[in-house]
Amino acid sequence: METKTQVHAEEGKQEIKITREFNLPVHLLFRACTEAELVSQWMGTNVRKLDSRNHGSYRYETTDKEGRVVFQANGTIHACVPDRKLVRTFEMDGSPYGVQLEIHTFEPLTEDTSRLQMHMIYESVAQRDAVLKLPFTQGINWAHNRLEEIVSKLK
Amino acid sequence: MNLRRDVFQAIADPTRRAILLLLATQALPAGAIAAHFDTARPTVSKHLQILTECELLKQEQSGREIYYHLNPHKMKAIADFIEPFRSMWEDRFRKLETMMQPYKTKKAK
Repeated sequence: METKTQVHAEEGKQEIKITREFNLPVHLLFRACTEAELVSQWMGTNVRKLDSRNHGSYRYETTDKEGRVVFQANGTIHACVPDRKLVRTFEMDGSPYGVQLEIHTFEPLTEDTSRLQMHMIYESVAQRDAVLKLPFTQGINWAHNRLEEIVSKLK
Repeated sequence: MNLRRDVFQAIADPTRRAILLLLATQALPAGAIAAHFDTARPTVSKHLQILTECELLKQEQSGREIYYHLNPHKMKAIADFIEPFRSMWEDRFRKLETMMQPYKTKKAK
């Protein structure tokens, strides 16, 4: 269904809540979020480091076709409770968006279904709004890059 | 730039959000809107003015009264603001779900 993922972002608040129910048992959902090879597949980024434990940390790096780094992010994992909870920070390197605190709650619904709630807290309302607008800007850039690619092939 | 005319500033206020909810199902004159709130009438008028300025509400003369309507186009702009972010996560989560299906089958066997 199209509207499976729910995003709750109240105006004037510096938080976002994302909720999604999965047709997966909770332990598989948790694995998908805590094992490097799995995270890299669904997040579409290289996972350079992912130490899923209390006081652990992680680092993502996305490169383009030429191997140039286009996106880097990192964070510290404060708490990692198997099949229950993940508390971490997230920060994009060299971005103006600041650091965000994320509380991911995993919940079994039935034996084969589960729910993930991601609670993201930002430094300010302005920074949260900037992050919400990000896919807009990226979408425009990506469309632009694709256009450049097509045009360069025409040459 | 007048911040008051910004849609997101406009819906930051709980009373203004309550007004929008109230008008979602019916058009009402200012008096009837004010009757729903404990807030003083001039305060409600001020909220209506702000919502009208940023085009979330439209005024329509009907007899001696001015009715306030919701402007669905502008309301859609608010939904559109979150939609790219939401669909970005939905894409990721759909991938996650598909990717993990084989693990499920393995376990069942």
